Amino acid sequence: MTKCASEIRDTALDDGALSARLAHIWGTPKTFWGFMTTVDHKEIGRRYIVTALFFLLLGGLAAVVMRLQLGSPDNKLVGPDLYNQLFTMHGSTMMFLFAVPIMETIAVYLVPLMIGTRNVAFPRLNAFSYWVYLFGGLMLWAAFFVNTGPDAGWFSYVPLAGPQYGIGKRSDFWAQMITYTELSGLAVAVEIIVTVFKMRAPGMTLDRIPLFVWAALVTAFMILFAMPAVMVSSTMLILDRLVGTHFFNWAEGGDSLLWQHLFWFFGHPEVYFIFIPATGIVSAIIPAFTRRRMFGYVALVLSLIGTGFLAFGLWVHHMFVTGLPRLGESFFTASSMAVAIPSGIQIFCWIATLWDGKLRLRTPLLFVFGFIVNFVIGGLSGVMVASVPIDTQVHDTYFVVAHFHYVLIGGAVFPLLGGIYYWFPKFYGRMLNERLGRWNFWLAMIGFNLAFFPMHILGLMGMPRRVYTYPAEMGWGGLNLLSTVGASIFVLSFLVLVLNIIRSLRSGEIAGDNPWDAGTLEWAATSPPEPQNFSRIPVVTDREPLWQNPETLPVIGGMHADRREILVSTLVEATPEVLESSPQATIWPFIAAMVTSVTLLASIFTPWAIVWGALPVGIALTGWFWPGGEKEDES
Amino acid sequence: MTAGRIRSVVQLATCSSALQACSGWQSALDPHSQTAAHLAGLFWFFTAICAIVWVLVVAALIMVLRRRRESESVLPGDDFPHQQRRKAIIVGSLTAITAIILTVLTYMSFYATREITWPRKHVLTVKVTGQQWWWQLDYQNQDPSQSFGTANELHIPVGQPVTVDLEAADVIHSFWVPNLIGKQDMIPGRKNVLTLRADKPGLYRGQCAEFCGLQHAHMSMFVFAEPPAAFEAWRRHQLEPAATPGAPQRITGMNIFVHGACATCHAVGGTDADGQTGPNLTHFAQRATIAAGTLRNTPANLSRWLADPQAVKPGTNMPQVPMSPADRQALVAYLEGLK
Amino acid sequence: MSFAYAKAAASIMASLLLVACEREQRDFQTPSSGSPSGDHYQRDAYDVAQGKRLFNWMNCSGCHSHGGGGMGPALMDNRWIYGGKIQQIYQSIHDGRRNGMPAWKHRMTDQQIWQVAAYVRSMGRYLRKDVAPGRDDAMQSGKAESRRERASAIVPSTPP
Repeated sequence: MTKCASEIRDTALDDGALSARLAHIWGTPKTFWGFMTTVDHKEIGRRYIVTALFFLLLGGLAAVVMRLQLGSPDNKLVGPDLYNQLFTMHGSTMMFLFAVPIMETIAVYLVPLMIGTRNVAFPRLNAFSYWVYLFGGLMLWAAFFVNTGPDAGWFSYVPLAGPQYGIGKRSDFWAQMITYTELSGLAVAVEIIVTVFKMRAPGMTLDRIPLFVWAALVTAFMILFAMPAVMVSSTMLILDRLVGTHFFNWAEGGDSLLWQHLFWFFGHPEVYFIFIPATGIVSAIIPAFTRRRMFGYVALVLSLIGTGFLAFGLWVHHMFVTGLPRLGESFFTASSMAVAIPSGIQIFCWIATLWDGKLRLRTPLLFVFGFIVNFVIGGLSGVMVASVPIDTQVHDTYFVVAHFHYVLIGGAVFPLLGGIYYWFPKFYGRMLNERLGRWNFWLAMIGFNLAFFPMHILGLMGMPRRVYTYPAEMGWGGLNLLSTVGASIFVLSFLVLVLNIIRSLRSGEIAGDNPWDAGTLEWAATSPPEPQNFSRIPVVTDREPLWQNPETLPVIGGMHADRREILVSTLVEATPEVLESSPQATIWPFIAAMVTSVTLLASIFTPWAIVWGALPVGIALTGWFWPGGEKEDES
Repeated sequence: MTAGRIRSVVQLATCSSALQACSGWQSALDPHSQTAAHLAGLFWFFTAICAIVWVLVVAALIMVLRRRRESESVLPGDDFPHQQRRKAIIVGSLTAITAIILTVLTYMSFYATREITWPRKHVLTVKVTGQQWWWQLDYQNQDPSQSFGTANELHIPVGQPVTVDLEAADVIHSFWVPNLIGKQDMIPGRKNVLTLRADKPGLYRGQCAEFCGLQHAHMSMFVFAEPPAAFEAWRRHQLEPAATPGAPQRITGMNIFVHGACATCHAVGGTDADGQTGPNLTHFAQRATIAAGTLRNTPANLSRWLADPQAVKPGTNMPQVPMSPADRQALVAYLEGLK
Repeated sequence: MSFAYAKAAASIMASLLLVACEREQRDFQTPSSGSPSGDHYQRDAYDVAQGKRLFNWMNCSGCHSHGGGGMGPALMDNRWIYGGKIQQIYQSIHDGRRNGMPAWKHRMTDQQIWQVAAYVRSMGRYLRKDVAPGRDDAMQSGKAESRRERASAIVPSTPP
């Protein structure tokens, strides 16, 4: 390595001086400009999470109104038009604006910490993806508040969402929101893959990567392959509506089923974008609270990869009653059943770890137990709907609504809540209150099951989905009321969570670096982490580095202490390869996101917007990529 | 244990509070045809297996909780090799058992699919066209003089297979009568087919099961399964035009209907009203409901519907036609006489 | 200075939002009869779409084709025998006209006639692009109404 006269290496400084220096170099000033220009994955990750939770709140409020409307038969709280917008906004918000982003963004925050590096691979892209996501979500909700919320369901079937029957601009806002969120999601997926492959701490071979990181990696690959399908289909929808193409026009050679195939080719993997990271959270919590290494690491990794592959072969199970040939549909029954096997392996391995564990029954582990109980119900009802003949009765009824809420809330939100209790000390340096945590858990458990279990029965009793009301004579009123009461209790549990967070931020017990005595690298950083994450990059020789070296971690030296620098390592063995500069704070990602957002918004109204918008986008990208400013370019 | 016994045991265990699920109209668990019975049986079998699996998982968790030796100060550890080996064998075996169970369930699904979709000879073909938000029924016959159209209420002969040709006029709908058969979508530009057969006489309720817009919630249909003789009598009556009214109020009503906005969309056989875009009303008075299951067919409800359809079914394509209360009464009298 | 920009931005946003409110209104209540001005129908996408549905259902294409005319005059050009404003079109449909245009006043409600009139206005693209309907899910007879060139200023013809 050439040594310029003025450079300073970390070997020349003691810990305190090094830490202060690096904090200054990597830090984000607490000013408005600092806020707008930061490329720190922790800053971006935290605001991403807060934004996603805000959308959870909005989507949840929509659901509360729906449940109040359905609580009694022939209710007149909400008319059909508003109800259709509400359930579409609820589904679209939960799927596109909450669940997928929050799982991706927890990875954005934690993966660099878990693999011992200082930032994600493409920090400016990270910032760009946040702004695009924010603008897309705000656009959709702004549209809803001016009566232009989409009203054709979160999967927007044509012809109902098409140019003839999808009246006005509502479905256009939906389709364009897809473009924003998919752009944002793809960007994060790319960052995670490159970060995990090329920026791991020395010695962290592929079989020493934490399971949470494996889950994030598998999810990112799935996103890469699945999201283009929905971008294509939503673009085709916009083209049909705006420009008069015939992709979905059966009379001119198109087909409504094309929409369903394209959408569900994305839509099925999407639910795994939500579930797989949740299994990663569970795999992170269990070792810490059982004081045991995870049993079956290899089996778990292979299950994650297996689920990732299999998830692409299931999509027709959403189309079992469309009249496709039964032989073809039966193939998808087999594949949909098969995907339960890797999930089963994961559950067996987790229980095997818990079996001999020294359990600490704290809130994160409570949520893991709740997850197993609820998710297994959802998975088993999934096995039922995977069967073509059973599906002919329960498709598009409340039975399916029950199924997917069990797998999404039971299988993803419960682990997420556990993860919040687990990592809150790392994010904010304070513990969440344990007693409130128990209240949170039990209210959630009871409320959730009361709200959604009756829906299995309602579906079998003949109640279809997406109905704004139902007649009293059907006898569905009692179970619906029960469900509404359960939903209220479930909402209450979230209020307890918010209360817990607010109290802890003000006056919670101070957490140390590693309050749970967990084994993975993020617990070696301070709580909250310093801007540079690690003043000296650790060297890893075990899956649980902090358990192997409880006193001090071995570290690597020789990195620059006068610039933002990360260590690039090889893919499999993680031997150090290159010292690479990491970008400084910059406003260009925000500008690029702004001009992209305006272009996309305008293209809802005219295709010419793409042409006009190309120039500002080009300028923004030129500014972004203008070379210079990196010390290594100058030496 | 036979499938039947499994079914009844599981039914008893789960149906206690949800008794209505097991017997009721529009219930998938109250089959009135061989097909629906097959599907219900398959469902109970799956439920039994799945319930057992869940109970075992929860039992394992309870065991985990009971086994725990809580300790804060113990160093984290790992299983001994013999523990690992034992666990590996158990996990492996459980995985294999899971795979076997899933294979069995998959095979049973294939078997059931074959059973319910075997093409059957049919005696009757009805074309059902999904409209926003009602059901257009065309009883077809090779002899055109024997074909007729009606709406929202499907009559079929008991014990005989009936083929239903499913089409859609606007958006995707779905034909679903759970007591008789699983659903099938009605997709514009596509012809789907169902063959159903009621095994017992009765009245079965169905509902559109694919979100189709503003009034998807009020798009229900009724299936009347009748003994063949009664069905034949019904069929022959449908072919007849409406009887000419005698009472003056009914004549007034008929004139309002034929010369006013009604005839633009609705047809009544035997009169000049020949609108094709709304439901055929020739024998309207025989129907149990108004507006695809939205209201019971009584004079009071009919008057309410005619006074303002948008108040009952907001967004429906039937407009509110302004008329005086006297005119409306005459119209109600006329329509309720269309037997 | 920046306050002026903020005000300008706010008023643009407000007008965009108001426009959206009007375009997306779905009014299921029948307005009181005899409303003099049907202007608002041509700013409401739902009414225009219903008008298109009624145009097909009432078989207006039988004489007017899909706007190109046949036995009846073309509706997508800028020549209007009886005037091309929405009130005048409404009148033509409501009362009928000589030489074959039937009167629809007993056949459709006022609201329906306004809706058809609003749709007819879209055929020559006299409506805003975001209100005019998109293409039909059917065989195409021409460009979708929202994509047509705006017909030039209405040229009144003398009634025959």
